[in-house]
Order: sequence, then C-alpha cells, then structure tokens
Amino acid sequence: MRKYLLKRVFYMVLTLFLVATITFFLMKLMPGTPYSNQQKMTQQQIQIMNQQYGLNKPIWQQYVIYIFGMLHGDLGTSFQFSNQPVSYLISSRIGASAQLGAQAMIFGVFFGIIIGSIAAINRNTWIDTTSTVVSIIGKSVPNFVLAVLLQYYIALKLGWFPIADWGGFSYTVLPTIALGVGPLAETARFVRTGMVDVLNSDYIELARAKGLSKFGIVYHHALRNSLIPLVTLIGPYTVALMTGSMVIENIFSIPGIGEQFVKSILVNDYPTIMGVTMLFSAGLVAIILLTDIVYGIIDPRIRLSGSEG
Amino acid sequence: MTERILDVKNLRIDFHTYAGEVKAIRDVSFHLNKGETLAIVGESGSGKSVTTKSIMGLLANNAKVVSGSILYHDQDLLKKSEKEMQNIRGKDIAMIFQDPMTSLDPTMKIGQQIAEPLIKHKHLDKKKAWQQALEIMKLVGINDAEKRINNYPHQFSGGQRQRIVIAIALVCYPEVLIADEPTTALDVTIQAQILDLMKDLQSKIETSIIFITHDLGVVAGMADRVAVMYAGEIIEYGTVDEIFYNPQHPYTWGLLNSMPTLSSTKLEAIPGTPPDLLDPPKGDPFAARNPFAMKIDAEQKPPFFKVSETHYAATWLLHPNAPKVTPPDEIVRRWQLYRKMNNQTQVH
Amino acid sequence: MEEKIKLNSDSFQPLAKSESLDNEKIAAPSLTFLQDAWMRLKKNKGAVVSLFIVLIMVVVAFGSTPFIDHNSLVKSAPKYANLPAKIPGVSINGFNGKLKVAGKWVDEYRQNNVPKDKYFVLGTDYLGRSLAERIIYGTKISLIVALVATFFDLTIGVAYGIISGWKGGRVDTIMQRIIEIISSVPNLVIVVLMLLVLKPGMTSIICAIAISSWTTMARMIRAETLSLKSQEYVLAARTLGESPLKISLKHLVPNLSSIIIIQTMYTIPTAIFFEAFLSFIGIGISSPQTSLGVLLNDGQKNFQFLPYQMWYPAIVLCVLMIAFNLLGDGLRDAFDPKTRR
Ligand SMILES: Nc1ncnc2c1ncn2[C@@H]1O[C@H](COP(=O)(O)OP(=O)(O)OP(=O)(O)O)[C@@H](O)[C@H]1O
Ligand SMILES: [Mg+2]
Repeated sequence: MRKYLLKRVFYMVLTLFLVATITFFLMKLMPGTPYSNQQKMTQQQIQIMNQQYGLNKPIWQQYVIYIFGMLHGDLGTSFQFSNQPVSYLISSRIGASAQLGAQAMIFGVFFGIIIGSIAAINRNTWIDTTSTVVSIIGKSVPNFVLAVLLQYYIALKLGWFPIADWGGFSYTVLPTIALGVGPLAETARFVRTGMVDVLNSDYIELARAKGLSKFGIVYHHALRNSLIPLVTLIGPYTVALMTGSMVIENIFSIPGIGEQFVKSILVNDYPTIMGVTMLFSAGLVAIILLTDIVYGIIDPRIRLSGSEG
Repeated sequence: MTERILDVKNLRIDFHTYAGEVKAIRDVSFHLNKGETLAIVGESGSGKSVTTKSIMGLLANNAKVVSGSILYHDQDLLKKSEKEMQNIRGKDIAMIFQDPMTSLDPTMKIGQQIAEPLIKHKHLDKKKAWQQALEIMKLVGINDAEKRINNYPHQFSGGQRQRIVIAIALVCYPEVLIADEPTTALDVTIQAQILDLMKDLQSKIETSIIFITHDLGVVAGMADRVAVMYAGEIIEYGTVDEIFYNPQHPYTWGLLNSMPTLSSTKLEAIPGTPPDLLDPPKGDPFAARNPFAMKIDAEQKPPFFKVSETHYAATWLLHPNAPKVTPPDEIVRRWQLYRKMNNQTQVH
Repeated sequence: MEEKIKLNSDSFQPLAKSESLDNEKIAAPSLTFLQDAWMRLKKNKGAVVSLFIVLIMVVVAFGSTPFIDHNSLVKSAPKYANLPAKIPGVSINGFNGKLKVAGKWVDEYRQNNVPKDKYFVLGTDYLGRSLAERIIYGTKISLIVALVATFFDLTIGVAYGIISGWKGGRVDTIMQRIIEIISSVPNLVIVVLMLLVLKPGMTSIICAIAISSWTTMARMIRAETLSLKSQEYVLAARTLGESPLKISLKHLVPNLSSIIIIQTMYTIPTAIFFEAFLSFIGIGISSPQTSLGVLLNDGQKNFQFLPYQMWYPAIVLCVLMIAFNLLGDGLRDAFDPKTRR
C-alpha cells in the first residue's frame, strides 16, 4: 500500500512538473507584452520593466528560475495587480473559492442523492419522471444562465438574498445553488441508475426474503452499495466547480480564484494565469489521488485487492 | 394423516408485459407435509421460481395473482399484508437462492448479514445476534468461523458462500425452507457437499423443505415426494419411488430419459420447446412435443388420473379408453424394477 | 375436481402431424444491432422529440445561410435599438411591440417612429440588430463548433484510443500518461490557455476545444479495444495476417460504434457549452461577431430592463442542450447492452 502511494505521489509530481513546463512555454508564445498600459510606455520604460521582472533573460533561464521559484512556493509577481506576488494574490482569494466550492459540492451531492434514490425507489412513477426531468434540465441549463436568472429574480426582484459581493452566509446561497446544480443533476442521475441496478440485484431479494422492511432494505443495503461508486465522481465535480467558479464568481462579484483568473486572462497577466492553472491542476490531481484512496477504504472489495497488489 | 403445513390451491399467476399477459402459473395445487422434502422439478421457464416467490410474497411488481390460495397453518398467505409477510419471511418461511455469488451484499460483513434476521425477528441485540450467527456458521461448516465472521463475501468461495446463504436462511429455525436451485451454480463436488449439508441440517433443525431443481438426478437422494412442472402446471406428482420408477406422464418419461444413468451414456433430450405462455394451448400443453399425443390432447386439458393414493398424473394416456403405448426402453426398465420392488415388499 | 369430459369416438386416435400444435412458429425476424437500437430509440419519446428538435435547428440554422448576411448582421442600426418582439397579428403583450416600462406597457415601435411595416419577430438588441437573425446565426455557430468537436473526437479520439489499446505495452503506457497529463488540467482551462496564445475567434475556439475534447473518447475506446483485442474473431484476423489498419476498420470500429455514438452525443453539448461559456466571459467570440454566448453576454447587461434580450438566446441554448442530452441518453439506453433484456 505504501509503495503504491509513493508511486502515485511520484507521478503526481511529475504530472504537475510537466503541466508547469507546458504552461510556461505556452505563455511565452503569448502575443503582446504583459503590461497593462503599454501604449503609454516608451521603449525605454518597457526595457526597465523587462529588466525588473527578468524578462530580458534567455527563455531557458526564465524557465529555470520559474521552476525553482515554484518549488519554494514563489509563483512570480503579477504585473497587473499592484505588483503583488501571485502566491499572495491566490492565498488571499482561495478561502472564498474553497468555501463556495465545498458548499456547492455538498449541496449538489446531498440533494442529488435524495432525488436520485427517491426516483429509483419509485421507479417508473411520476416521481421518477419528475426527477429525471429535473436532472436533465439541471444538466443542460448552463450555470451562468442560471446564475443570472437567480440573481435577477431571487435577489433583485424578491430581495431574498444579496445581489452580489461576499459577506456572510446569505451571500453564498445563490452562487452555491448556481454552482451546485450541475453536480446535483449528475449525482441524481448516477444514483438513480446505480440504485435501480442494486434494487434489482439478488442480494436485495435475499434481504427481502429475510423479512426486512422496505426502509431497512434501502437503508442497510441499497444506499451503501449505490453510493460507494459516487466517490469516483468527485474528480469530475472538482473540475466542474473550478470551471464554474470562473463565471459564477464573476457574476456575483465574489473575490475568489475564478474571478481573479478571468480578470487576469482579460489583461494578459500571465504569472497569475500560470499560478492559477498550477493551483487548479494541483488541486485536481490531489483530489483524484484522495478519491482513489477513499474508494479503497470504503469499498471492501477494492480494499482487499489493493493490499494484495 | 400427516400434518400439512403448506397447502397451495388452484394458484394462477399472470405477468403483465408489453407483449400481453404471460400466464406463468396455471392452476397449480400442491402441499407440503411436516418434516418432508418436496422436490419441484421442471425445465427452465416452467414456473418453479414464480411458484416459490408467490409463497414468499416476493412476486415482481407486474405479477398478478389471478386466483388461488396458499394456506400456511390455515392462514392464506396471499391475503396477508406486506407488513405481515415481513414477519413471516425469514422467520417461518425462509429461502435459499440460486446464485451464491450474487446473493450476498458485497459491502456488508457476513456476520451482520447472518445476524440481520435475528435482530429483525427475535429482537436480539447486536452482540447476541452475532453470537448466534457464529454458532450457525459453525453448524453450516465454515471453518475458523470466529475470524471469518468479520469477512466480506468476496473473501469466500462459491461453496462457502452458499453455506452462508443457508446459514442466513436457517438462523431463525424456519418451519419451511424453500431452496430454489441451490446447487445449480456450483460445481459437482461442491453440489454434493451442499446437498449433504442440507439433509443433515434438516434433521437437526426439523424443517420442511421445498426443493426446486431442473435436475432430476439431484432429487433422488434429497426428496420424499416429487412434483413435476411443465409450462406453468404440475403434470405429475408422487413419492420419489413412484416418480422415478413408475412414471406415467410422457413428459416425466422424457425427463428421466434425458438423465444420465450408469447403464446408458446416451442422453435423450426432449425435442421441441415449451408453449408460449402468452397464449397457452387449450389442450394438453405438452401435446406438441409428445410422441404419443392423441386427438383429445389438442382439445381438452387432461385431468389428474389417480395412480395410487400418493401418485397422480395429468395425461390422457391414463384414461381407460386410451390405447396402451410402449414408453422408451429406459422407462420400461424402470417399470420392471418398480414391479420387482413392490413384489419384494409384498413378500415381506 | 370432476370436470366435464367430452369424449368422441376418435378422441384417442393419434394426433396427426399436421394437426399437431405447431409451436415452433417463425420467430420475429432477427434484427441487426443497429436496427435493433433504432427500434428501441423510437420507443423513447424524449429522444424522438429531441431528434426532431435537433433536426429542425440544424435545418433552420444552416438553411438560413443565404438569407442572413453576416455583414448586415454586425452592422448597427441605432434607430431600431432595443425594440421588443413584434409579430404581426399577435396581440399578446410582449409580442406586439409593447414593452413594460415602469409597470406600464408602452408601444416602443410607435415611440421610436418605426415604419408601420417594419417588425422584428424577437425584437432587436441594443444596436438595433434583429435578435431572431442573430440567434439563428448564433445557433449555427454553436452547431458548427459542436460538429468540429465531434469531428476531432471521431478522428483523434478514436484513433488514439485504438492505437493505445491495440499496441499495448510501452506505447500504451506513454499514451495513457499523456492523457493523464492533459486531464490533470480542467479542459476549460486548457481552452482558455490556448485562446490566449491563438487570436480570439471562431477558429481558435474550435482548435482549443479540439485539443481538449478527445481525451474521454480516447480512454473509452482504449478500454473497449483492449477487451476486443482478445476476442476470437479479432485473434483469427490477426493470425491470418490482416493488416492492423484493416482489422481496426473491419472488426474494431463496427464493434466500437455504440461507444462512439454515445460518447459523441456527450461531446456535442459540452462543446456548445464551452463556446457559450467562453464568449460569455469575454474571451471567445466577441461582439460584434455573433454567437449564443455573445448574445447572452450582451443580453445580461440589459437584463434588468430588457429581459427578453437574454431570455431568447438562453431558451434557445437550453433547448439545444436539453435536446442533445436527451438524445444522448436515449442513444445510450438504446445501445447499452446492459439495458438489453
Ligand atoms: N417479472 C416477470 N415478468 C414477465 N414474465 C415473467 C416474470 N417472471 C417470470 N416470468 C415468466 O414466468 C415463467 C416462469 O418463470 P420462472 O422463473 O418461474 O421459471 P423457472 O421454472 O424458475 O425457470 P428456471 O429454471 O430458469 O429458474 C417464464 O416464462 C418467465 O418468462
Ligand atoms: Mg428459477
């Protein structure tokens, strides 16, 4: 098990290194200079700036510096945003994004499980149909469209929640819903399919033959068996939340990573773009490793084969 | 007369499907005596599982009991509510399923799986229940049960899993045990072990068994009485000896003929396929495959003709007016053996 | 159980062969896999309706090409700006040229002195361009993006998967590592990075989506190829010395067809979403060019006062997404052997 973990971590680091390398050279291909008010700057000023940021060195030297810096947690300096270190920019914003992401994940998975299992238990009834319709719509309506609609009708018209900005919990409700509907729909579909399979399985029939009540069967046997595979979806959900945060944070003016990322993109602030890209990949890779480990822990079948292999 | 603990009368079950009503069980009657083993034999699709599921109250959603009754201690199980059935299932009537590889919950310790019926029906706390689970595990022959009780199903072989399934069924000492092809999915040596185990446990636990199989060979050593099913009907029933050595229905002949014996290695499969249960024939359902079919078979369903006090068969061949036919050699041989046996018992 | 038994003199005569109840009726003609799937798809109402919607959208979007001139589409006509929908002969508020301003319905067409015979079915945007035309054009862009993404899915994705699965060993390991690296960055982030390097616009979006979209397809194809590789008919073809290309075209691709079709149906809505997303945040296609994302972005700015400018493109986008998702689900159910019972 330890060997397996070490191997996985090694590949993880290797992957991140390659991602860093590729993004670095990609950014070097980017047209234009990275300074915002470049029209007003003289050639000389640009020279000075280049000197200051080390942009006049050969590319390979810049690369080595970048990689070494990254090992020390130094992601360079943002040209656009008052010369802050990228690592500071990110760390000051990560809290909001993480909170929003976690809330959206919990919201989506929790209600998804409920909707999905109720649908499976009442298969081929109107309840099932309704939940299928809900999840298809949830999957199809782009989150930014939903966000704009929620913002206008719930916040502006009804005034139930703040329109934008980041304060207490009430500020998080609408963005959480907008961001969480995708995972909710996906979870509901996944759980429904899984649980229908499980409910048709022989061991559920045996459980019925034991005389267990309907609730007992669902609670003790069906739920666990159909929820365990859900762990594999955490990776894709993380992707969805990272991507979603880019637009949702923007719409609700939340000072998070995604909003920063979009801002940086629009002004060619490539140290920040690279920093956020690295952060996203590191987060994603770590989550995937984590879910693999968790899956091994909660599914007894994998637990055994894992310890043998 | 021996006590009947289960009495199935005129059971008819339809399944609603897109293609129409599948008339899966058509007027089936049989009974189970206390302490005996009744084997129900028939080829795939003859309705064995549907019959047993109706006893358990586990019929699929699209099933409809058209008529009939299932009396258990003079109470009609078909009239009981789901809640009442839950209190009978697993406690008074238990069931063993065909495929041990899929009938255990892969994510639950087997200790808990065995203990569940005790917790439900005997209201034991978890510790007590696990203790009894441990005992029954030893009884069904799981070695090292103290350790194995914490294992998950995938850590057991097929034969061991079937032992566990049997343990689950027997843990509440049920009066009736229904075993639906309990050995079909196992290889031959394991089959024999499981059958021995069941016989052994039957005497220890004093339970009556309905033993479902499509393999007549298994029946000989297991059952006291045999009912032969075909296309949703019982077409012949009697004691084991009567069915094996004095069979009267051509379908039973076919079944016995298709059984490997020591004397002949040639297997005679019954030609043709069973009728479509969406639209069952009005006469004898076996007529189309019956080499001895007569005109009346196509027109009228044969009633049961009495062969002995315990032996009945539904075939027009037993009608006094029917011509005498010569069954296959193997059956003739068996008849002769039967006559010899009976003569010996008369001499004694 | 005494039943009435009617016996005739010939009742016990042997049953003639011709009279025997022939139950070996001719079974339903066996269908090919595709026909079978098609039959099952047809039973799925949602999928059939979706198929129709998709077909209608395709016909309208591409059929409009001769009528909707892109040059006139980007030209602004300020005198017609922000007109609500007006459909001649319809008197429902909101579709008769009236707009709710401060709680009252006002005839915007009269207010702005629009000629009597001039009308816009879905109104106009802030530059006076017909919203209906822009939406149709935007739908076309979405469909083109989807089409191209599908194309790359079918070429790069399928080929990559087959090669990886077929070669196995070292090649497979390396190819899988490459996929792993690509998928350790969220697809949309890859697309964004690509867009920064290329110059924004339609071509770049398509390239960027192409680079990131094929990995799922490649993974699934690889897994299936691995299992097909050991199937007997493939082994036979290999021992007979058929060339790998021929084997893959003749034996693999037909067997992979269901996976390919299902996966494609999931690539399409993803691609449509990507385009809308990128244009919405302002790094994809941007005004005055047209796409559904651009329309949403424009509409969002005026949403408070002119909600129709966002609603119409939003509805079209959602319907498009729902239709493709439902069709995808229908196809999956129709093709998935697991649901074949
Ligand atoms: N849920 C159902 N819906 C429709 N038809 C059903 C259903 N369950 C059983 N049947 C039909 O009822 C008939 C009897 O099935 P059953 O499972 O009892 O056969 P069996 O004798 O147990 O066969 P096997 O030896 O294969 O287990 C079959 O023709 C089957 O198609
Ligand atoms: Mg059966």
